[in-house]
Amino acid sequence: MNYSIAFRTLVIKEIFRFIRIWPQTLLPPAITTALYFLIFGKLIGDRIGTISGAGYMDYIVPGIVLMSVISHSYANVVSSFYSTKFQRNIEELLVAPIPNWVILSGYVSGGIIRGLLVGVVVTLISLLFTAIKVHHIGITLSIAVLTATVFSLAGFINAILAESFDDISIIPNFVLTPLSYLGGVFYSVDMLPGIWQTISMGNPILYMINAFRYGLIGVTDIDIQMTFIITGGFIVTLTLFSLYLLHKGIGIKN
Amino acid sequence: MNALSLRNLTKIYNNGFEALKGIDLDVEAGDFFALLGPNGAGKSTAIGIISSLVNATSGSVSVFGHDLKRERAKAKSCIGLVPQEVNFNQFDTVKSILLNQAGYYGTPRKLALQRTEYCLKQMDLWDKRDTISRRLSGGMKRRVMIARALVHAPKLLILDEPTAGVDIEIRRSMWQMMQEVNQQGTTIILTTHYLEEAESLCRTIAIIDDGRIIEHSDMSSLLARLHIEHFVLDLAHPLTVAPTIDGCQIERITDKALSVAVPKEYGLNKLFSELSARNIEVISMKNKSNRLEQLFMDLIESKPAGEQ
Repeated sequence: MNYSIAFRTLVIKEIFRFIRIWPQTLLPPAITTALYFLIFGKLIGDRIGTISGAGYMDYIVPGIVLMSVISHSYANVVSSFYSTKFQRNIEELLVAPIPNWVILSGYVSGGIIRGLLVGVVVTLISLLFTAIKVHHIGITLSIAVLTATVFSLAGFINAILAESFDDISIIPNFVLTPLSYLGGVFYSVDMLPGIWQTISMGNPILYMINAFRYGLIGVTDIDIQMTFIITGGFIVTLTLFSLYLLHKGIGIKN
Repeated sequence: MNALSLRNLTKIYNNGFEALKGIDLDVEAGDFFALLGPNGAGKSTAIGIISSLVNATSGSVSVFGHDLKRERAKAKSCIGLVPQEVNFNQFDTVKSILLNQAGYYGTPRKLALQRTEYCLKQMDLWDKRDTISRRLSGGMKRRVMIARALVHAPKLLILDEPTAGVDIEIRRSMWQMMQEVNQQGTTIILTTHYLEEAESLCRTIAIIDDGRIIEHSDMSSLLARLHIEHFVLDLAHPLTVAPTIDGCQIERITDKALSVAVPKEYGLNKLFSELSARNIEVISMKNKSNRLEQLFMDLIESKPAGEQ
């Protein structure tokens, strides 16, 4: 059995899905982030000055790019897989001789690709406001891919466990967005009072944003190695949990 | 070789409902097999387990000799499923539904395109290939599901009430399609509430009730068990009173139609002789009720008390 064909079919289906609905998937982040750059970066940022030696506009670009990668990789998988469940065409996959790891990797790849594509769109928008010289391309790309993988996996688990459309909006609205904003997108963690610095260190998104910022502009509040350990740990844990859910048929089988 | 073998298959749902109580069943390769039963009897659960949509509590499923647990991919590759309800992506085109399905079964792109064209033409849907599926009529959607189930050339096609809710014209054309598919060598398992459908299409029948197989035999020997057949006779001339013939029960439906219950051993020749002797001219006759339906009801109703 050639599983590469099944994998390719799933990935292509996912790419066509989000491209077909580009006004919902690719256009909004371009508009939203352009407003972020204009308001926070240009109008307010000019009065803030520099953070860790970087201009404010340059400082917020990596965080906004990665925040877009996080929200869109998550949103792609959670909405696509939940719709598949809702319309019952998940049955096409369950009846077919596709191993669970191929189903998981197909959907997660779709999420990673959309997350990265949105990241590229947002980066291109940012170039209208500032000129970014990439500090370390390897770290930039690897953190983007690892972060997109973590949140694609998380979106997959959310979709499996969700029983209604409300269930797929709770995590993005009440967990991801606050954690992203509190993850140092707009400020350095060093600017926080003592206790809040300690609390912020429990936010995994803080590590991802700082590592990505280091890759793009060479500025970080944390040790980059910790980011690789944390994202690697999340990927392994979430993958195993996703495969367990698929194996047991939780949320998708009787 | 058996296309399908079920051994001691049981299913207890989380709420404690015992849907299957140890089913043993064999379906021969090439057969057109009817799996019948009243609502809630366990048909859909059995189909769900065979097609991997429901986890069995215990027991085994073997498809063309491949155990569904140990040789999962090989067993699943043999199966094509047409479910009761539309379950394809309603935003996809007809062609992409089939191409995706072929891809899930590992069919190379070039072959997938050929198979898609073949199946859509067979189901008379080729001119709808680029139509978004939600814009199709109900009958077309059902045919899309059959085409999708056939695109990877399965050896076993499972049709779970494929003609439910479709008009008689579409139903007849679907019967013809199913017969053609079976004649090409595909084993078919059909569940249906239209017993006329099962009687005219299937060669073997199993009846499931209350989670158990209560009947499993070939259609002709099952029908041979029917002792009394009921006919409606259309008469050339009106009658005011129903005639009396020893050995048959005759009722007057209208002044030019009679309902007759004829025991098998009595025979139709004798009935017509008796009617002729009474100057009653019959111009046409038809079965009053479906023969299989009669047997089905007899079997279901003859269950020992307390099994309900």
